[in-house]
Amino acid sequence: MKKNWPILVVDDEDVMCESMGAWLREDGYHVDTASSGQKALELAKAMDYAICFVDLKMPGGMDGIETMMEIHRIRPESSIIIITAYATVDTAIQAMKEGAQEYIVKPCNPQEISMLVSRILKLKKLQSENAILRKKLNRQYRHSDIITKNPRMGEILALTRDVADLRSTVLIRGESGTGKELVARAVHFSGNRAEKPFIVVSCAALTETLLESELFGYEKGAFTGAATQVKGKFEMAHGGTIFLDEIGDISPKLQADLLRVLQERRFYRVGGNQEVEVDVRIIAATNKNLSEEVQAGRFREDLYYRLNVIEIRLPALRERREDVPLLAEHFVQHISSALGRDVSGISAAALKVLIAYDWPGNVRELENVIERAIVTCRNGTLDEQDFSWLERNAGQPQNWEVPDVSLGELERRAIVAALERKHGNVKEASTALGIDRSTLYDKLKRYEIVH
Amino acid sequence: MNDLCIVAIGSLPARALDWIEDAAAEWFPLPIRRLAPLSIPEGAYDAKRKQYQSVEMMRMLAQHAPRDASRVLAVTDVDLAIPMLSFLFGQAQFDGPIAIVSLCRLHQEFYGLPPEENLLRERAVKEVLHELGHTFGLVHCAETACAMSLATHIELVDAKAEQYCARCGMQLVQRFTSREATV
Repeated sequence: MKKNWPILVVDDEDVMCESMGAWLREDGYHVDTASSGQKALELAKAMDYAICFVDLKMPGGMDGIETMMEIHRIRPESSIIIITAYATVDTAIQAMKEGAQEYIVKPCNPQEISMLVSRILKLKKLQSENAILRKKLNRQYRHSDIITKNPRMGEILALTRDVADLRSTVLIRGESGTGKELVARAVHFSGNRAEKPFIVVSCAALTETLLESELFGYEKGAFTGAATQVKGKFEMAHGGTIFLDEIGDISPKLQADLLRVLQERRFYRVGGNQEVEVDVRIIAATNKNLSEEVQAGRFREDLYYRLNVIEIRLPALRERREDVPLLAEHFVQHISSALGRDVSGISAAALKVLIAYDWPGNVRELENVIERAIVTCRNGTLDEQDFSWLERNAGQPQNWEVPDVSLGELERRAIVAALERKHGNVKEASTALGIDRSTLYDKLKRYEIVH
Repeated sequence: MNDLCIVAIGSLPARALDWIEDAAAEWFPLPIRRLAPLSIPEGAYDAKRKQYQSVEMMRMLAQHAPRDASRVLAVTDVDLAIPMLSFLFGQAQFDGPIAIVSLCRLHQEFYGLPPEENLLRERAVKEVLHELGHTFGLVHCAETACAMSLATHIELVDAKAEQYCARCGMQLVQRFTSREATV
């Protein structure tokens, strides 16, 4: 993460650049140094430095303030910290007026400078997060968010477009992680309700009474702690869409209440005696087979037919394996940029592993698997071995089988595993392996583990 | 495989090098070798600050490093500083061969307290693990109990354990066991 915040140190004294650079590198920053204002500008043209430490007094050529102003011209976002000695503090204050973010008097306490750097970078991080969130907020959900070349998914997308402008209730069925909420959002945001609220309620997450007040709101004094009147999700969604996720999990009482809302678009707040009328489109989703639930007597038949006006059944990821490469590429780009990791692609061999896997957790599982691989990946491309743990989980025998490798390789793997188990403690690893420390490093050397 | 060399600059407390050698042996799978002690380079002394410039010390170490050394860890009892900072517990070349640790501010006497040998040993071990960690590519760790956390005053040194956290430890394992990596 810190790699994303490059730092520049500008000082005419070599020893200052060298020592300050070394100190900041220990903290994980990418640090460049420049021995003059002119050199600093050349570097700043090529790199967007988060922080520039600039010495106030640099004999010959540009001084600190000039350098600061020139850097700001090229990189207005860079934070400049002026380095000064006691004798020139007044000038440093002048520099602050000209746009320096801070000044520090050398020599300073290590804690002071460490806090200063982390304070400035924390602010920058917040600013960039803020920009990302704003961008996300402004972003409309579109059908293009659904990535597919599967014919059945294509039909589903066409159907969502056709029904987007209607008020008819939609029931989306599919296993967990197949993208039910994404489809619901696509319906809402591509229809004439797009400018109005899209409210999500996860029905399985709340108890019956909590869900009731969550959906319908409550009047002041309806129960202990109800100090004011509170609007429920149905009222909040007025004019827009309410997305009732995991609808198969609601209690018989709520099924009856919901049926009434579906029929009349009216309801009472909890503890209230005045009817509230709303214009809300309902999209419900479930991973259960509701017709089976109806037959078993756990779900009201009349509610089922009210919900099931337009039915969308999302296929599991294993039923649309041709989408795995597309989705994988999408997640690699998306997640690596969100995490600030330099991972640009995924190898053909790795894709093979992903296509072969059955994905019980569907697209959400694929997304999580890619994220885990990006976090642990050491190259710019995700490879087969970045997913080796997935294959292991997928169906290798539980019994310990001796892999088909040489005795030497077996020994090498045992050493690596012991070191990993002991988090790098060589003494403990060699004890666990039953060998002494010098034998361990002899073996490491023999297997060319350590060069 | 090249050696991890330990060298004293100037005189040290009696058993300091033994503590440091034991700590290095516990964590680094390299043969450990002690070099003949070096005298403090005259040019490193900053009379105005009554401290020694760490950069000068490290330059001298680079000159004296044996060719076959993988790492050279110097230990000194004098107070270290760089122009920007009022003091340093130690310094290392990030992912490079040279590191230095000063015991000066690890003594209880520095803070006007009676000497405590065991506390000095603990602090020295923590700082040695810290600086050697840098030479093997570890950066500062947010875990205050990890040897790699940044200590800017003595209380923060005391808050560390004499070991790396699991994450930093695993990074070292990768470093020592990956065929691509070079120690």
